[in-house]
Formats: sequence, structure tokens, C-alpha cells
Amino acid sequence: MPAVSKGDGMRGLAVFISDIRNCKSKEAEIKRINKELANIRSKFKGDKALDGYSKKKYVCKLLFIFLLGHDIDFGHMEAVNLLSSNKYTEKQIGYLFISVLVNSNSELIRLINNGIKNDLASRNPTFMNLALHCIANVGSREMAEAFAGDIPKILVAGDTMDSVKQSAALCLLRLYRTSPDLVPMGEWTSRVVHLLNDQHLGVVTAATSLITTLAQKNPEEFKTSVSLAVSRLSRIVTSASTDLQDYTYYFVPAPWLSVKLLRLLQCYPPPEDAAVRGRLTECLETILNKAQEPPKSKKVQHSNAKNAVLFEAISLIIHHDSEPNLLVRACNQLGQFLQHRETNLRYLALESMCTLASSEFSHEAVKTHIETVIGALKTERDVSVRQRAVDLLYAMCDRSNAQQIVAEMLNYLETADYSIREEIVLKVAILAEKYAVDYTWYVDTILNLIRIAGDYVSEEVWYRVIQIVINREDVQGYAAKTVFEALQAPACHENLVKVGGYILGEFGNLIAGDRRSSPLIQFNLLHSKFHLCSVPTRALLLSTYIKFVNLFPEIKTTIQDVLRSDSQLRNADVELQQRAVEYLRLSCIASTDILATVLEEMPPFPERESSILAKLKKKKGPGMVSEIEETKKERNVEMNGSTEPATNASTVSTPSPSTDLLGIESTAVFNSVPLNSTGGSLLVDVFSENSAPVATLASAAEENFSSSSDLTSPDNNIDDPATAVHVSHDDDDDVDELSDTFVCKNNGVLFENQLLQIGLKSEFRQNLGRMYVFYGNKTSTQFLSFSSNVICQDGLKSQLNIQTKPVDPTVEGGAQVQQILNIECVSDFTEAPVLNIQFRYGGTLQNVSVKLPVTLNKFFQPTEMTSQDFFQRWKQLSNPQQEVQKIFKAKHPMDTEVTKAKIIGFGVALLDGVDPNPSNFVGAGVIHTKTIQVGCLLRLEPNTQAQMYRLTLRTSRDTVSQRLCGLLSEQF
Amino acid sequence: MIKAILVFNNHGKPRLIRFYQYFPEDMQQQIIRETFHLVSKRDDNVCNFLEGGSLIGGSDYKLIYRHYATLYFVFCVDSSESELGILDLIQVFVETLDKCFENVCELDLIFHMDKVHYILQEVVMGGMVLETNMNEIVGQVENQSRLEKSEGGLSGAPARAVSAVKNMNLPEIPRNINIGDINIKVPNLSPFV
Repeated sequence: MPAVSKGDGMRGLAVFISDIRNCKSKEAEIKRINKELANIRSKFKGDKALDGYSKKKYVCKLLFIFLLGHDIDFGHMEAVNLLSSNKYTEKQIGYLFISVLVNSNSELIRLINNGIKNDLASRNPTFMNLALHCIANVGSREMAEAFAGDIPKILVAGDTMDSVKQSAALCLLRLYRTSPDLVPMGEWTSRVVHLLNDQHLGVVTAATSLITTLAQKNPEEFKTSVSLAVSRLSRIVTSASTDLQDYTYYFVPAPWLSVKLLRLLQCYPPPEDAAVRGRLTECLETILNKAQEPPKSKKVQHSNAKNAVLFEAISLIIHHDSEPNLLVRACNQLGQFLQHRETNLRYLALESMCTLASSEFSHEAVKTHIETVIGALKTERDVSVRQRAVDLLYAMCDRSNAQQIVAEMLNYLETADYSIREEIVLKVAILAEKYAVDYTWYVDTILNLIRIAGDYVSEEVWYRVIQIVINREDVQGYAAKTVFEALQAPACHENLVKVGGYILGEFGNLIAGDRRSSPLIQFNLLHSKFHLCSVPTRALLLSTYIKFVNLFPEIKTTIQDVLRSDSQLRNADVELQQRAVEYLRLSCIASTDILATVLEEMPPFPERESSILAKLKKKKGPGMVSEIEETKKERNVEMNGSTEPATNASTVSTPSPSTDLLGIESTAVFNSVPLNSTGGSLLVDVFSENSAPVATLASAAEENFSSSSDLTSPDNNIDDPATAVHVSHDDDDDVDELSDTFVCKNNGVLFENQLLQIGLKSEFRQNLGRMYVFYGNKTSTQFLSFSSNVICQDGLKSQLNIQTKPVDPTVEGGAQVQQILNIECVSDFTEAPVLNIQFRYGGTLQNVSVKLPVTLNKFFQPTEMTSQDFFQRWKQLSNPQQEVQKIFKAKHPMDTEVTKAKIIGFGVALLDGVDPNPSNFVGAGVIHTKTIQVGCLLRLEPNTQAQMYRLTLRTSRDTVSQRLCGLLSEQF
Repeated sequence: MIKAILVFNNHGKPRLIRFYQYFPEDMQQQIIRETFHLVSKRDDNVCNFLEGGSLIGGSDYKLIYRHYATLYFVFCVDSSESELGILDLIQVFVETLDKCFENVCELDLIFHMDKVHYILQEVVMGGMVLETNMNEIVGQVENQSRLEKSEGGLSGAPARAVSAVKNMNLPEIPRNINIGDINIKVPNLSPFV
């Protein structure tokens, strides 16, 4: 018998649906729907009370209309009535409507919460399940506030039914995901861990999901789950396929649970206990062995389930990265899958190998598969798989195979799907740079990139090649020769014209000796492309021309003629016009010396992390790439350390194109700045010569100077792209170190990237504090789903109370919102709370974590005292643990006034005339916490000759002494 | 975590949509269109995974899908889920539908939208896998039916209307979703007592 009897249903609903389906046109359908909506609306508004059946029918119709893509803005009230009913069928449809059509109307949420509360208390498992489903599906903060406290109780209560336990575990997980601060950890946590031993495998599966997420954030608290998970896994893996009854799926025992358990274990390092560790290794070996056994069924479901477990086991092996034997076996297994006929398995094998490539034990083993992976790139029919192959080639690349891999990627680029071209371009550019032993190869590669996929070569890439050429003398002549040759092609990409223009402008002289590339030929070649280019490129070319005037005085008149032509001097584009006017004047008036100074060769760029890398990280999301990158970097350093330290600097640290942003765009800036400063008269001359258009020129010039000052302003942000990407990492380990700048002051900018600025203002009195956090949206686009919360980790929770009010989830472009934190210090503490901000910007979720500068010294009250008092107390605190002393080198100039200000800013009273030596500083204060007060005396002795300080602190508590000493010593 | 479950037919008409993360209604429809566009142009024997479209979160999310005759079942998941596990979960969901509706077809999803939702609710809850054991799921659905029956009244009358509709001439829709292996059941095992 089918579980759903098809006869059940509602006549009106069925008729409505068939009406819609019989509609011949979209218009007819909309008309029919509007008619129905009007009908339902009038029924709901009507005087006659509707019976449950009618309500249910109308709500069903609304759901159907919603499915067709129409907005439903009413019916919520009726749904709430339904879910409060005692009849199961009505309750069920009411809950369904609410969870599909979530509405944030707070009055409504209150009513819904009321209904849920009753059902949770009903002790009727069916009703409880419906209520838990609704909480989990909606998962809003309001619901978390209302129920986060109750659900753990339901979960661990002894008399709760299995099915309810299952729902409660997942419900709690959902609430923890959306509002971790609202889910209190407590004694229930240890009981949850024991659910791993539950009889019911469904309960175990749900509990494992919950524990995995909780353990990621609170590893200590859930440490005991490791041994339980291992023993559970071992029982499943070694069981016969019939032991687990219904949880056996196509002859594989409990595949989902196995996967979850293996995931849980990936939250922890390899178990320390040798017995547990041995048992786990045994499990993993068994799983690997099973992969070699003949399949128990030919069904794809059987192999799917088996391989799901296998892949997860391999992930765990890679995560542990400690058993060379297992790693190599895993790699061989994946190697087999690379050639499997199932596309899914090839895809997953490529993906797993990517992570395997970063392990030092298996990197070499992965490299043996290079031919297969290249083959995949060439022959796979599915773009998803090819993309994974590109990822893997990128991950397995090192100095030994870089040339081959880059060549293959370039090859593939010619036919690659448009959707992934940009990414491949970035990857090629990064690999070519990182593993270049010979920079002529690098230049060739990038020019090839531009030739093959010019449209996909982003600014970062061509900025970069110019930086490298400018910074490396040995490659300049080659680069000039190569771009010159490349420019000979009848049709070349505009990006090539840019690179060519820039490089010839700087180094054209290096190839001018050859008759085939004489100055005039170089110039004519570039100028032949001029009219086909966009305005920015033309502007760049004009700068090249003026550089030519300096490099090749013999073609000066030719260039002046070009600059003087109407199409330049009277160009409609202000930027071009101004450049033409200024360059022409410069070339006419300035002496050779001035020309040579103004148009000097570009100085080398400062060396920074590649922002191509930053761009790739941004594209791929922070997680994966950076991990691979870091391990790569390490390996790189190792290799370089042993073999070729000379190239180390140039490959590992790399100048940033963001400086180039200035460099290129601002050949104008470069040139116009000296123009402006050295020859104010030059400008006047320009104006007096052409007296007629003075006014327009002047305003144009003004506009331009203001715009060029805009150009320089990104200067301040040069570091941003890199840091922004770094900070937006998901895990908390990546939170930046607590900023030292806030230790001695309370206001300032805490964090800034391209999108967001966080400002702080705070005040503290005794053990209480209030912090105003300002979130500024630096973009012109809204931030959606903006949320920020403060996370106190582990022990800190009991030491510091921080209350926050949620902020508005939408932050308009350019707007600033404020959040107030109320802080109470319960007892002394060392860690800093973390401020976690999430928001959606243009479709991607941004996640920022910064440490909040709430430090122990904020709760200082300064204490004035006489010299006598001071020394008396100093002697009282003579216990060795109470004193902490540190001698350290000055990091800043040793200025008495600055030091005084810092000590006062630290929170203590600065006591004059206490220390016999007037150049020493002495301070006293009391740390106020809710539970205790700790007196503190400090003395700072500068030694200007040695540029050293000695800091001595005495307090009644050793932890306080240490923490304060640590904080203060970083300040000088 | 599962972010969304989308079921649509070969023409992109949505038949079941379930979002476990809040998106405004118009955004939901755009996501369905985008996903349909991504999935429908793929050949039948390529792999079942691809990176999510930009609307649903881009490459941090994967679309895992199966194509049965007239319907696409697409799960959008983050990196915490096992790809093959989800692929099997789709199979479990469809096999369960097939058990509950006896040879499920696209029309069942249309005319019994509420039931389909209830069945899905037994499999996935708030974006997390709740139950994977088909017998357990079917058991829960049967319980629901019993409860409905016991409340009575609603169920009896309009049965004929529905069957009339289902027998209407609707040539463009194949009647059965062909899920190939479905007839092979897990061998019956004697239950624990």
C-alpha cells in the first residue's frame, strides 16, 4: 500500500491547479492567479469564520501560487491559526506555510513562537517534531532567543523519543549556526557527546552533525567525542553488511553515519592515546582495503556509498598528515580513480588530490600522476572536471615541472571555456612568476597569455609583468626585444599595446642599436596602433612618446608633430588633451637636463606580496587557495634555502601591482607632478601662448590636477587588498593579532578593508565599560544580512560579560551604523574577545573577525600616592610570583613626553618624585573586576644609551602581573 | 549544510523548492532560473557536481544533481557535505517518493505538493540530513497518513476530482519518472525483536 493515498486531496485545489495547467498563455495564467488571490483574500477578510478545511485548502493554493513564482504577502495570520489548531492536518499545513514563506514581521513571530512553545511542551512527539522542524527551517534570531535554552533540555532528557531527539539535535545545530552566542554551553554538552553511543543510528547521525559543528568552535569541550567516534566507526566498519539492518544502504553499512564520523574526526589532530590511534588506523586501513574488494553489487548506489566513505577516509588521512604509509595508499587509490570510468569519481579524485598535493609526504607521489591529469585536461568532456584538473595542476606545480605545467595550461587556454579563462590566466601568471628560474621564460609566458587570452588578462597581470621587468635589469633588454616583435603582429590585443608601450618607453633604447628596431621604427610601430586603442591606452602611449623624446632626441620633431596635431591638442577627451598640451610644452621648453630628470627611468618597485595571488584568492573564496599557497610557500623556502638562495628573494617576495596602479595610470601623475612643482611658469606660458582658450584650458587643467590628486589617494590603501583577503578567512585562528595600538587609547579605527571600516570609541569606569562600534560601508552598494556579534572563547566567557544589541541587517552604501557593547569585567582575563562580522556584499558572504581591544588594563583606576606609601606597598608585594620584570629593546624613539602619555593612557596614575632617579617612571593603579580588585605598582626604567627599557610590575596576583607586563611592554 | 533543494522539470518549471537560507521571493526565482540554466545544458553522462551559480554563493557552494526523465533534483550544498553522500540522499528521497506514491510521476509532485514537502521534511531538516533510512522515513509518512485518516472528514470526498484530473489527456508529460534501479530493493531482513 502506498503511504500516501492518492485519493486524499482537496477538490478546489485540484481544480485550481488543472485550471492553471490548462492556461494557454502566461497572461491567462497570471489572470487566473490574480483571480484566485482576490478570491482567497476576500475569503480571509470575510465575516464568515472559515473552517479548518477551507483554511487548509486556501493555504495550499497560496503555496502553489508561490511555487509558480508569485509574491505572497498575506495568509500568514491564517497559517498561524492553523498551526495553533489541535488537529494534526491543520497544524501541519500551518507550519509548512510558515517555514516556506518566512516573514520577519515581529508581531507574527511572537504568535508563531507562542504556538511552537505550546507544541514543545505538549509531550506529543508528532507535535514536538513539527515545532522543531519549524524552528530549524526558519532559524531566525528571534527563534533562537526564544528556544535556544529549551532545546538542549529536550535533547538530553531521558524520556525523549528517538525521532524527537533527532530533530532536537539538528534544530540546535541550526540555531548554533545562525546565532552561536545564544546557545549556552553547559552540562548538556557532555551528555550530547554520549549520544554517539545511542542505540538508534538516526540519533547518532544527527548528534554527530551537531557535535562536529560545536567541536569546530569549542574543541576542548568536545574532546571526549574523539574516542567515542572512533569506536563507533570501528563497529560500523567491521560489521557485516547485515548487522545494521535498515541503515545498510546497498550493502554498505551506515554510509552517511560513517561519513559524518570521519568528518567529526577531522576537527581534531590524530588521537594522542595510542590505543585509540591504533584503532582508527585499523579502521582507515579496512576502508582502504574494502575499496580493492570486488563490489557486492553492480548498482551505482553501492559504489557511490562505498566511495563516499572512502573519500572521507582519505580526507581524514590527508588532514592528519602523519602516517606516510596511509598517505601513499590514499594517493594510489586516488590515482586509480583518476582513470575510473565514472566521471563523478574522476572529479572527486582530482579534488582530493589537490589537498593531498600540499602534504610533504605525498607531494612527490601526486606528481607521478601529472600525465594523467594533463590527459584529463585535454580529453574530459565535462568542464567541471577540467576545472578540477586545472586546480590540481596548479597545486602540484613546483620548480621541477613548472615549465611543463605552464605550457599545458597555456595550451588548454586556447580552447578553454570562457567561464574559467580568467582563473586560468591568473594561475598561469602566478606559476610563471613563482617558478621562473629564467625571466625570459616568464616574459614569454605572459606575452603568450596576452596573445591567447588577452580579454581575460586582468590589469593585475600586466601591471605585474611590468613591475618585474622594471625590477630586474637582466631581463629588460630581452623584454623590449620581445614586445617589439610581438607588436609586429597585424592584430594584437590592446593589453599587449599597453605592455609594449610601457616597456619600450622605459627600455626602448636597449634595442635601438639594431637597425630593424631603430627609434623611428619603434615609434611608428606604436603609433600605428594608437588609433585603435581606448582612451586609457592612448594616454599611456602619449607618455611613452614623451619618454621617447628623452630617450631618442633624434625623433623629437616627429613626436612633436604628432602631439601638435589637432587630434591630440584639441582632443575631446580632457585627459588626452592635457597630456598632449603638457608634453608638447615640456618637449619644447625644457633643457635636456630637465627632460632627463623629469622623464627618468622608473625606480624599482617596493617588493610586496603578489596581488594576482590576492585576486585569485578572492575569486576562489578564501579557504582552499590560501592553504595550498601557504604550504607551497613553505616548501618553496625550503627548496630555495638549500639550492639557490639567490633567487629566493625575487620569487618569494614579489612587488605588488597596486603600486603599479599608480605607476601606469599615473605616468601622468609622475609627469604632471614635477611639471607642477618645477615649472609653475610653464603652465602660465601655456596659457599665454594660446590666449583664446585660456579659460577652458585652465578649468580643464584644474580638473585634471584634482583628478590626479585622486589618483594618488589609493596610495593609502596599497596594502589593503592583501590584508582584506587575509582577514576574511573563516576560522578564528586567522584573527589578526590584537592590535597593540588600542592598549593605551580608546578611540580609533580598528579595521579597514576595501569594503568595510570599523571604528571604535570606548569608555571604561571601574569594572564596567561601554564600547561604541561604528561600521562604515565604504562601497556604494548595500550590505545585506549584516550581523555582528562578539564571541568570548572558552574561559573568557566567565571572565568577561559582553552584551550587544543586534544591528540593522542592511547597511546602505556609504552609510555608517553604530553598535553599542556593554562590557563587564568579572575577573581578570588574558584573552581578547573576538568581533565577528558577516554580511553579504554583491552576492558573496563576507566574514571578518577582529580581536576587540578589550584588555585588562582598561579596568584600571589610577591611584595617587606618596613616595612613602608607594615603597611601603612595593615591599609588601615582595612574593616572587607577584613581581614580573621584563627587559626589552625600544621599538620607538625614546621620548619622555610620549612615554608619560602612554603610561597615563595605560590607566595608572603617573607618580612624580617617587623614584629617586628622575628619568624613571613610576605608576600605580587598581584593576577593578566584579569579583576582586587588584592593586598594581609599576616602574619603567629607560636606558637611552642602550635603547633599552626595564619594566617591573608588582601586583597581588601573578596572572595579572604577567598580563599587564605583556601589554605594556609592547608599547615602547 | 544544504542551502537549497530545487526540483524542476525539463522546461525549468519549478515543482518543489525549499530554501534553508533566507532569500527574498524574487531572488528565489532568479536562483531557480540560474540553476536550471547551469544544469540543463549539461549532457546526461557528465559528472553530477558543479560549482554553484553566482546568485547562490558561487564556488563556495556545489550543485549536486540527478536527472530523472522529466525532472531535475538539485541540492545546493556547502563544503561540509560529502558529494557522493548527497547524491545518494537524492536517490533515497526519490525512492521514498516512489514508495509513497507508487510509481511517482511529475503530476504527483504537482497535485500533492504538501505531501511531498512532508516527505522531504522527514529527510532533510533545516538544511541538515535528518534521516537516511528509507523504511524509517516511510514509517513516519505512514504515521502521518494514519493521523490524517483518524481526523477524517477531509479526505474522503474529493478523491474523484483528483483522479479525473490525473486521467485528463496530458500527452506532453510522461507519466512515470523512470528511476531505473528502483525495483531492486534492499533484501528483506528479519527485524530485531
